[in-house]
Amino acid sequence: MTGAKVLLMMGCPEIPIQTSIALYLSHKLTNLGFDVTVAGTTAATRLLKVSDYDGHYAKKLVDLDKTLEDIIEKRNDFDICFAFMHNDSGMTYAATVSAISQARIYSIVFGRHTEELAQTIEFDCEKIVTQDVHNPVRLKNKLDKVMEAMAR
Amino acid sequence: MSCIEQMKYTILLDRISFKEAREYIETNSDEVYYVSPGYKIFKDYYIIGVPPIAMGSKGNALVFPYTKPCHGSFVLSIENEDSIKEINRLRETEKEKEPASSKKDKSLESSKASSTSFLDMWKK
Repeated sequence: MTGAKVLLMMGCPEIPIQTSIALYLSHKLTNLGFDVTVAGTTAATRLLKVSDYDGHYAKKLVDLDKTLEDIIEKRNDFDICFAFMHNDSGMTYAATVSAISQARIYSIVFGRHTEELAQTIEFDCEKIVTQDVHNPVRLKNKLDKVMEAMAR
Repeated sequence: MSCIEQMKYTILLDRISFKEAREYIETNSDEVYYVSPGYKIFKDYYIIGVPPIAMGSKGNALVFPYTKPCHGSFVLSIENEDSIKEINRLRETEKEKEPASSKKDKSLESSKASSTSFLDMWKK
């Protein structure tokens, strides 16, 4: 899968671990040889941009709605998508990507209402679920296993 | 920012789940149509949503879901010249999909019927 295009789709940045996990995933996947794009809302991308000002970890940082528009209009697409979700909107955006893109979806379900939220997912995806808000370590460990499998 | 936010719109429901938005549109519209995620309306807004996405008409107003990452889903209503065009486009698309069937007027036909057929189509 080296060279495969990966989209990290960030939702509302209200839950702190999203930014650190997005930076971590972007860096690790890039080092594994994946072509990584990080998409988010204005607030989510600004948080990332300030945390990684020179773009060492997130090399391609783009607007979420523009990215979806490009996929819908067939100007761009991805092989893999990691969709961050801690609310119904995040799930709704991921369902949209599942419908418009050929990407394999990994749903990263985190935050305070993970069980209820994970149950609302009806599209085909691999779910990575941790009920964490401030401490990213458990989610990082689960994603390490996913990346290990992807690198094989 | 999509053109929607620059148009004159009415918020019928705010900060709800997408499922609640769908149910409201199905229950409170004169006619209900179903579209796929990414369906474009008003020149530059691509509908975000979980299929099947319900779009409704109420008189000349287009009733549709609008999802924001930080604020949940909304049900918006827009009534102007463009909404009439959008409703007509939905009617035409429906006719092309089911040339032999009657329109999805709630008084004549349950909106559930359309929902079921769309879901079946989606699963194929």
